[in-house]
Amino acid sequence: MPQVTLTVNGKTASVEVEGRTLLVELLRDKLGLTGTHVGCDTSQCGACVVHVDGKAVKSCTMLAVQANGAAVTTIEGLAAADGTLHPMQEAFRENHALQCGFCTPGMVMSAIDIVATHPDGLSEAEIRHCLEGNLCRCTGYHNIVKAVSAAWPVMHGKVAAE
Amino acid sequence: MNAPFEGIGASVRRKEDLRFISGRGHYVDDMNRPGQLHAVMKRSDRPHAKILSIDTSAALAAPGVVAVYTGTDTAALGSIPCGWQIHNKDGSPMAEPRHPMLAEGKVRHVGDILAVVIAATKQQAKDAAELLHIDLEELPAIANVADAIAPGAPVLHDAAPGNVCYDWHIGDKAGVDAAFAAAHRVITLDLTNNRLVPNAMEPRAAIGDYDSSTGDYTLYTTSQNPHVIRLLMGAFVLGLPEHKLRVVAPDVGGGFGSKIYHYAEEAIVTWSAGKLGRAIKWTADRSESFMSDAHGRDHVSTAKMAIDKDGKFLALHVDTLCNMGAYLSTFATAVPTYLYATLLAGTYTTPVIYAEVKAVFTNTVPVDAYRGAGRPEAAFLIERLVDVVAYDTGMDRVDIRRKNFIPRDAFPYQTPVALQYDSGDYFATLEAAQKTADWAGFPARRAASAAQGKLRGIGISTYLEACGIAPSKVVGSLGARAGLYEVANIRVHPTGSVTVFTGTHSHGQGHETTMAQLVVDQLGIPLANVDVVHGDTAKIPFGMGTYGSRSLAVGGSAMVKAMDKIILKGRKIAAHLLEADVGDIEFKDGKFSVAGTDRSKSFGEIALTAYVPHNYPIEELEPGLDETAFYDPKNFTFPGGCHICEVEIDPATGIPTIVNFVAVDDVGRVVNPMIVEGQVQGGIAQGIGQALYEHAAYDAHGQLISGSFMDYTMPRADNLPNITVATENTMCTHNPLGSKGCGEVGAIGSPPAVIGAIVDALKDYGVRHLNMPASPEKIWSIIQAGRPAMAAE
Repeated sequence: MPQVTLTVNGKTASVEVEGRTLLVELLRDKLGLTGTHVGCDTSQCGACVVHVDGKAVKSCTMLAVQANGAAVTTIEGLAAADGTLHPMQEAFRENHALQCGFCTPGMVMSAIDIVATHPDGLSEAEIRHCLEGNLCRCTGYHNIVKAVSAAWPVMHGKVAAE
Repeated sequence: MNAPFEGIGASVRRKEDLRFISGRGHYVDDMNRPGQLHAVMKRSDRPHAKILSIDTSAALAAPGVVAVYTGTDTAALGSIPCGWQIHNKDGSPMAEPRHPMLAEGKVRHVGDILAVVIAATKQQAKDAAELLHIDLEELPAIANVADAIAPGAPVLHDAAPGNVCYDWHIGDKAGVDAAFAAAHRVITLDLTNNRLVPNAMEPRAAIGDYDSSTGDYTLYTTSQNPHVIRLLMGAFVLGLPEHKLRVVAPDVGGGFGSKIYHYAEEAIVTWSAGKLGRAIKWTADRSESFMSDAHGRDHVSTAKMAIDKDGKFLALHVDTLCNMGAYLSTFATAVPTYLYATLLAGTYTTPVIYAEVKAVFTNTVPVDAYRGAGRPEAAFLIERLVDVVAYDTGMDRVDIRRKNFIPRDAFPYQTPVALQYDSGDYFATLEAAQKTADWAGFPARRAASAAQGKLRGIGISTYLEACGIAPSKVVGSLGARAGLYEVANIRVHPTGSVTVFTGTHSHGQGHETTMAQLVVDQLGIPLANVDVVHGDTAKIPFGMGTYGSRSLAVGGSAMVKAMDKIILKGRKIAAHLLEADVGDIEFKDGKFSVAGTDRSKSFGEIALTAYVPHNYPIEELEPGLDETAFYDPKNFTFPGGCHICEVEIDPATGIPTIVNFVAVDDVGRVVNPMIVEGQVQGGIAQGIGQALYEHAAYDAHGQLISGSFMDYTMPRADNLPNITVATENTMCTHNPLGSKGCGEVGAIGSPPAVIGAIVDALKDYGVRHLNMPASPEKIWSIIQAGRPAMAAE
């Protein structure tokens, strides 16, 4: 079986996987990082979004072997070592942007990518358009949009984080 | 420094959020048991077929495979039970065919389970399932209700001739006939309520575990009501006594009704665990969810309203055909009867009502409660009919509503279909919503849209629902096989912190926060000193679970009762310590005081005394401070309100865009406004989904053709508007909190407002009603087919 070596949340991991193993299966089943969820089987829901080399990726669309040598960040790796939350995590909590929490990890990882790739500003319409790849059944997205909007200035250093 | 306000009415941030935003939630699929095996369900891809043979030999010989079971192995086990027995018009009981956990002799819908393959890994089980040799003889199949009752239709169950489950009615037929005969006019509307797939984001999952040294079974499952599952599966399917069966529903990723029911997979993994002496895990793929989670709605109705010359409603007649799917799910039979037809008065004074409901079997996934459960179907029917009455008579939609509203001073109001509304003010919610939505300014906005070549419409719904289910005696007399009280155990620890054990279950509703706020309010301790535990039959005394917006109104009321007991005992302890009469001890802001003095004991001091009873009235009072209460509600609760939707349609594409959505609901006492707002917004998103996007489509032969997120249109962020939510509350008069419930109002109130807006936008095209979903294709075809009856303004 192929051997995959990658960095996950700053730690190196080397695991044997079947060729057909998906990145999300490696994360959940081999590394026990169950914060990344699987909500569908057609790459539609976005519950499994992680960052691969800094980019948001649906980890159900990528084979584990394709992540060989990559640096992966999952929801578990967002907060600082002292437990300080990422501004997007804070924004989700402050704006009641989650209910059942199942889509939340993928939603947060996508939202961070959206904010990071829009340094010049982010309208509500742009946020809604960019969130199109992540399904949420609980919130109606209203408060998720609010949270992303609230995190933008914090992530871009426009206001001091509270 | 003053303590922060964290009690009833505070929008405190949720206690449960930290684990969810940091990836440390604990959902069933995140769990693994030592020595665990994996189960894969082999499902039928045929809607209706005779099982000629299943050859398991190749699958059994495949790598990693431990066992393969088929319906032959489980034929001696019980039928998956239905929780509510409905009676026919003639008094005979409904048809209740056997619902086996693994198909026996026939498969009856796409998704029916032919076999379970159990192997060391999920991949091995999947691979082996492909090696099953299954010989099926296809039978003709039916998917829709009209086909099911057509003469000569294929029959699913020998126990249900003509595919009829029941033919039920309620109300005064003679009275309605007489009123129709004498009426100024009778207005008729044919309508459907489209079939939906609940699609909670977490797919269902279950782990069965068995300890051969004790004979104890544990089921970890994605459930809204673990005690109900323990009862249904233990007592009816597997024959396991309660003390040998623990059911755990940990973090659950949304339910919306679909996780109420006892499902075959739960019984399969639990039974297999006992057979093999190993833990067995199953997690649904989304494709499996589509073909095995209970679907929602699926009604075809004809509604007729008799009116006088002023538009006053005289009588309502409703005839509904509803789809049960292939088998009866847990609550399926109650949804189109007691949760639907009893709601047909809505917010209006219609003096006589008669409804007949025929439930039929088809070769489709079982249908059961989905967010709202019967009430959305009733609200859609009534609110659309009222709009059509206005359309046909040329009366104003709002005037006709106001003319027929139950007056403010008429409560308690007895409807002609069994329910008695305790409180409400439909004028208040209507007026507040109209003001917020700037109803008066709509003609100008319509003209502005027209100037840009767009069609604009506004829709309104002044709905009502019944929740907080339910008084046990009442539902028992109507055929429910369980009581619907709720249970709370409040455990005060020696230093005064509190753990609440509730029989309700939170799967997104935020109970860990709102229920803790009830404790803050009543016992006067900080929020940080309260934890709420739910979802484990080994920890919680009992409970009926979460559905029908009952958790606060019923479960919260049970907590209030238990805390009353805590306070009463605390007063006795305080009286002893303060050498005063119990009657003179007051409890306020976390302090027991002698009335009119400054002598007092804190809540913590009383708790410590209860557990360290050195100076204690030990002859009269047991030590400890731990109380349990069962609360059986006196009535349903009746939230209602007004939803207003404004749409703009691009005639070139038929695409409707919701440009404004306003909801003003009456949910009774609000504990956490932030959470209520979120619940209502989420419900409205599902209502908009039903109205514009979602449809569980079967072809005429029973093949599910919208079986994935590629085919079934889930509302996405860019399909939905911002949603303005407010409340105008009247208090529930019969529970101690005054709360009514907020979980379903959004999904109930919104669809008629959305369709009303689309129909209004198309009014120049002679459209009086449109069935859901109002897809761009439907709208575009109407625009293409018809020149406007008059030029747009």
